[in-house]
Amino acid sequence: MTVAASSPPSRLPLRGAEGVTAKRKARKVRERGDGALAALFIAPALLGFLVFLLWPTLRGIYLSFTRFNLLTPAKWVGLDNYIRMVHDPIFWDSLKVTVEYVVINIGVQTVSALVIAVLLQRLTQSAVLRGIVLAPYLMSNVVAGVVWLWMLDNQLGIGNEIIQSLGLDRVPFLADETWAIPTIALINVWRHVGYTALLLFAGLQAIPNDMYEAAKVDGASEWRMFWRITMPLLRPVLAVVLIMTVIGSFQVFDTVAVTTSGGPANATNVLQYYIYGSAFGRFQFGYASAMSVALLAVLSAITVIQYRITRAGQTDLG
Amino acid sequence: MRIRKVVALAGALTLSLLTGCAKGDSAGSSGNTVTYWLWDSSQLPAYQACAEGFEKQNPGLHVKITQMGWGDYWTKLTASFIAGTQPDVFTDHIQKFGQFADLDVLQPLDDLGINESDYQSGLASSWVGQDGHRYGSPKDWDTVALFYNKKMAHAAGLTAEELNSLSWNPKDGGTFEKAIAHLTIDKYGKRGDEPGFDKHHVKVYGLATGGAGDSDGQTQWSNFTASAGWTYTDKKRWGTKYQYDSKTFQSVITWYFGLVKKGYLAPFTAYSEGANPPNAQMGSGRAATAFDGAWMISTYDGLKGVKVSTAFTPVGPTGKRATMMNGLADSITKNARNKRGAKKWVKYLASNECQKTVGTYGIVFPATPEGTNAAVAAYKKKGIDVTAFTRPVADKKDFTTFSFPITDYAADVYALMHPAMQDVYANDAPVSGLGKTNDQINFILGQ
Repeated sequence: MTVAASSPPSRLPLRGAEGVTAKRKARKVRERGDGALAALFIAPALLGFLVFLLWPTLRGIYLSFTRFNLLTPAKWVGLDNYIRMVHDPIFWDSLKVTVEYVVINIGVQTVSALVIAVLLQRLTQSAVLRGIVLAPYLMSNVVAGVVWLWMLDNQLGIGNEIIQSLGLDRVPFLADETWAIPTIALINVWRHVGYTALLLFAGLQAIPNDMYEAAKVDGASEWRMFWRITMPLLRPVLAVVLIMTVIGSFQVFDTVAVTTSGGPANATNVLQYYIYGSAFGRFQFGYASAMSVALLAVLSAITVIQYRITRAGQTDLG
Repeated sequence: MRIRKVVALAGALTLSLLTGCAKGDSAGSSGNTVTYWLWDSSQLPAYQACAEGFEKQNPGLHVKITQMGWGDYWTKLTASFIAGTQPDVFTDHIQKFGQFADLDVLQPLDDLGINESDYQSGLASSWVGQDGHRYGSPKDWDTVALFYNKKMAHAAGLTAEELNSLSWNPKDGGTFEKAIAHLTIDKYGKRGDEPGFDKHHVKVYGLATGGAGDSDGQTQWSNFTASAGWTYTDKKRWGTKYQYDSKTFQSVITWYFGLVKKGYLAPFTAYSEGANPPNAQMGSGRAATAFDGAWMISTYDGLKGVKVSTAFTPVGPTGKRATMMNGLADSITKNARNKRGAKKWVKYLASNECQKTVGTYGIVFPATPEGTNAAVAAYKKKGIDVTAFTRPVADKKDFTTFSFPITDYAADVYALMHPAMQDVYANDAPVSGLGKTNDQINFILGQ
């Protein structure tokens, strides 16, 4: 930037062929200078990208075609891992459980976050409230999982003590196959909803206030303004938030590891947990890599579809 | 000037990333340090005392002990093998032995001169691999017994003698089932064997739950299956076929988890490894008895407001009592940095001298008979009677002891049996379904 500023094109003579050549030269000098500096700026991030993302991804794809236990050399087995995956009922069950989790988690989280964001925007400007909403997000997933595990314990948890004191039967939140996935999904909603709400809140701030004022003059209700102004104009932000949270939701792991370890009887054996168990429990890194590639493919497909359907790259503003 | 600063900063950042990626210091091993890992925090002071004794005898050598919890221990150990930062010596568990032997990460210990007769019977021989080499030196042992709440037993009119002479069978549960039925109390104060007992609203369960038991049922159902004459595999060690499809096994499992339907055994939903293990169920007064291992003696003894005693496992259809006897060992890693020092340390750990030192702490039973005696005396000093754990090892007439199943693919067996047993316990799945799981396991073993 300093280079560009030292030879601004406006100072060059702009008449005739000479002027054009000089202008081109200046641009060339500027581009070369910017390029080197840009490369330098990008270098740390690029290095991180190559070392921590691109190389592991490529290596993971390669390993998915091998039998590999980490300690002895990988053995090429072609499509064996993928054939096994297609015929593995536990894999399909894990995928089903994961989708069930994502639907509950994203459904409840997005609606709740939207409500919180709109309330924060329309009713209050309190930074304290915003802080409170964000508070659970500051806690680590593992700590949140352990605390909820204790609170919801069937015999000793305070949650069940309260339920029982109301004259109701105790609920085996994390130990019953019907309750376990919804419970884990809601624990993660509790932790992430504030953050999601804050992202949406930022999106709401970008909507010009005069639109609401104009609508008010026309006699529109809050409900009508929400559907006719807020939702359409929030769509690009909402779409990006959805894409990010869906990807994150599909990768649920830590809460499951801490609370149920995939049980009871695989009822919470989400895909990431199954992949982890196959790799680090059974040393089947080839098969685990194949399942990881499958998860990558599923997430890529979902992201592209979401992006297209929600027109995340376009805005209706202006 | 500004550009130079920016360039310098960017360069420094890139460099720090590069150096950050470089391999760091390994496990801190060097020529005169031996690194040693263990998972039990209560054993740490005892082994530190051993290390001091060792360092006195071997001037110049230093033992660096690292302790981490059971869950992290195995994850970190696995990662350390991969990263090349493994400890020189680590505490090994028989369930992991097969896998580590497969992965070829253990150092043979044949030259240590381990004499099997120096240790409690069966402990040393378990650590010999299929290739005939020794991979672990005996360290300690444990058995399983019945912990019971003394006050609750007294209120139920059950004496220590009665609790020590229980018997069971898979048909009607015998006197054992009668005892735990009598110890069970519903929220109206009715006992499990009284008319009008409400099995859906139990206040105190006769028997605590330790989960479904996975592939071994160590502190759950293993004493019943073994005293009914069943064994995990076709051979004592390195079996090639598991026997979860056996009628005997399945009849015992049906009876055992059937106790849930009667209201005597706490349901699966009451169990949580992290929040509500058996000792917590006993500590909170929600259970009157629990099968648990010798490594938990001090924990039960320290329960607040609950006085606990122990009884033998009940006599089974074979006419004998059975209890799993598990022994830990010390293993040296194949790529240990200080192999010479490691061998000296393991030899010292296996010696009577160190095992007696460990015994005096009264937290575990060391593998040598003298070490065991020191531990029994230390427990006695604390006012704890450990006969329920030690008699099964000494009295071969009335007791049978057995080991964890030692086979290849132990991790796969666990991965298949863990959800299958939970399905039987939590979801009331038919026990015959274990036959299919058994086929899958044996298919893997036959590969």
